[in-house]
Amino acid sequence: MQALTHRAKQVNRSPMNFWERLYLPAIFQGMSITLRHFFKRKVTYNFPEQQRSFSPVFRGLHILNRDAEGRENCTACGLCAVACPAEAISMEAAERQPGEEHLYREEKYAARYEINMLRCIFCGLCEEACPKDAIYLSETFAPSDYERKQFIYSKQDLLIPHPINEPEEYKKALGNRAKPEDKS
Amino acid sequence: MDNSLLAIDMALILEKLVLIVVVVFASLGIAMYATYGERKVAAFMQDRRGPNRAGPFGILQPMADGLKLFFKEEIIPNFSNKILFVMGPCLAMLTAIMTSAVIPWGNHIEIFGRSVSLQIADVNIGMLYIFGVLSLGVYGIMIGAWASNNKFSLFGGLRAASQIISYELAMGISFIALLMVTGSLSLKDMVLQQQTGHWWNVVYQPLGFLIFLICAFAECNRTPFDLPEAENELIGGYHTEYSSMKLGFYLFAEYINMFISSAVMATLFFGGYDFPFVDESTLSPNFAALLGIVALMGKIIGFIFLFMWVRWTIPRFRYDQLMYLGWRILIPLALFNMLATGAAVLYFHK
Repeated sequence: MQALTHRAKQVNRSPMNFWERLYLPAIFQGMSITLRHFFKRKVTYNFPEQQRSFSPVFRGLHILNRDAEGRENCTACGLCAVACPAEAISMEAAERQPGEEHLYREEKYAARYEINMLRCIFCGLCEEACPKDAIYLSETFAPSDYERKQFIYSKQDLLIPHPINEPEEYKKALGNRAKPEDKS
Repeated sequence: MDNSLLAIDMALILEKLVLIVVVVFASLGIAMYATYGERKVAAFMQDRRGPNRAGPFGILQPMADGLKLFFKEEIIPNFSNKILFVMGPCLAMLTAIMTSAVIPWGNHIEIFGRSVSLQIADVNIGMLYIFGVLSLGVYGIMIGAWASNNKFSLFGGLRAASQIISYELAMGISFIALLMVTGSLSLKDMVLQQQTGHWWNVVYQPLGFLIFLICAFAECNRTPFDLPEAENELIGGYHTEYSSMKLGFYLFAEYINMFISSAVMATLFFGGYDFPFVDESTLSPNFAALLGIVALMGKIIGFIFLFMWVRWTIPRFRYDQLMYLGWRILIPLALFNMLATGAAVLYFHK
């Protein structure tokens, strides 16, 4: 029969000779293998202290984006909620009042914006649906918790740090996944 | 001091008491850290890191494990024989520790002008004593298994009993060959012989050492001979019904047994407290004793590592293979070794 791979090995079924029947040589061989593994570099990451880097396409926790002046991008259009296959996103819209122009970029904004991280499947469809570059998935993943209600992330949890007041945190949260600011 | 048969005074009792306490606690401590070592060795051989959360490098892990065992619920099954059920782990622990009495941990030290021997009892039949206590050790397992009133436990107990009987024979015969070479049953004499002039006994008795080593593995119920607790066929074997610290005692006794048999093998075949290539008689006695303890501990740790190394390399035997190895291979081999040694001793007129 044609072998599918070149890794197939013919098994030797001839009776064992005296040397093989002693078993001890085979045991020493096995012990040398385990000893070699003893000194091998370990592949495990010491998780909380050491974190492995994710690839740029990793889809982690959501972030609600701000523009360069620190105004929220989200206009509560609801496209993300519609696109969400897990129905994890819910929001309430509100109208921007005069004097709030430094807070919200457009006339309408999300007064309440919640994502249930237990429902979310991190597919990234909200990110694709968003016309305002307001939501995208970062490279961090949801931390564990003891209570279910802790997993309903509100606006405070999701909003990115202010780019002018907290530039370092902003940069960190932005990562290299946010799209460049090219919309008006 | 008069010439009475037993020259016992207060100081002697005191020094022996201190020695006993030290040895018992040292073996408990070493057994504790052997569990940690076992987990580390297992992890490293499987390309893992092992316990590393409790304290730096996880060195507090044994305490955490012990604490956990203490806090576990204590279950004595209704259908068990309660007295025997409690007696089992106690006996296992007792016999495990008892063996340490005749092992010379070092030569002697000088304190306040007294020469204190670092051996609890230098009995002239030391090795016989060890064999005796070792074969008592199986009673802990058997009684526990029987008292559990559980068929899996009983199977484990039966296996332990027949395994120890089978391998004790080969072990004893291989020891007889060693006895012909040394001419003494006292462990101290053997160490002194190996220390002065002679090479270590393993040079004279390589085959005997191999048989002794294999039998020691079997006596300690270590892989590949851990059939009494073969967890994939017998659940937990003899300790199926045990929980909490009673289970802890059984597991602990295994590690103490490992420590003691490492000490016995180091003493019999690897010169005991003899530090290689150093003439101890030229050193001050206290320094020599310290060096001796270090040497003995090094050898013991080496053997314990060997135990673990084998455990994480070789799979368990099938029961018929175990019996075949014991009766059809090791015993004839040990008999042959005994005869050959006897002939050699006669020929060279040792």
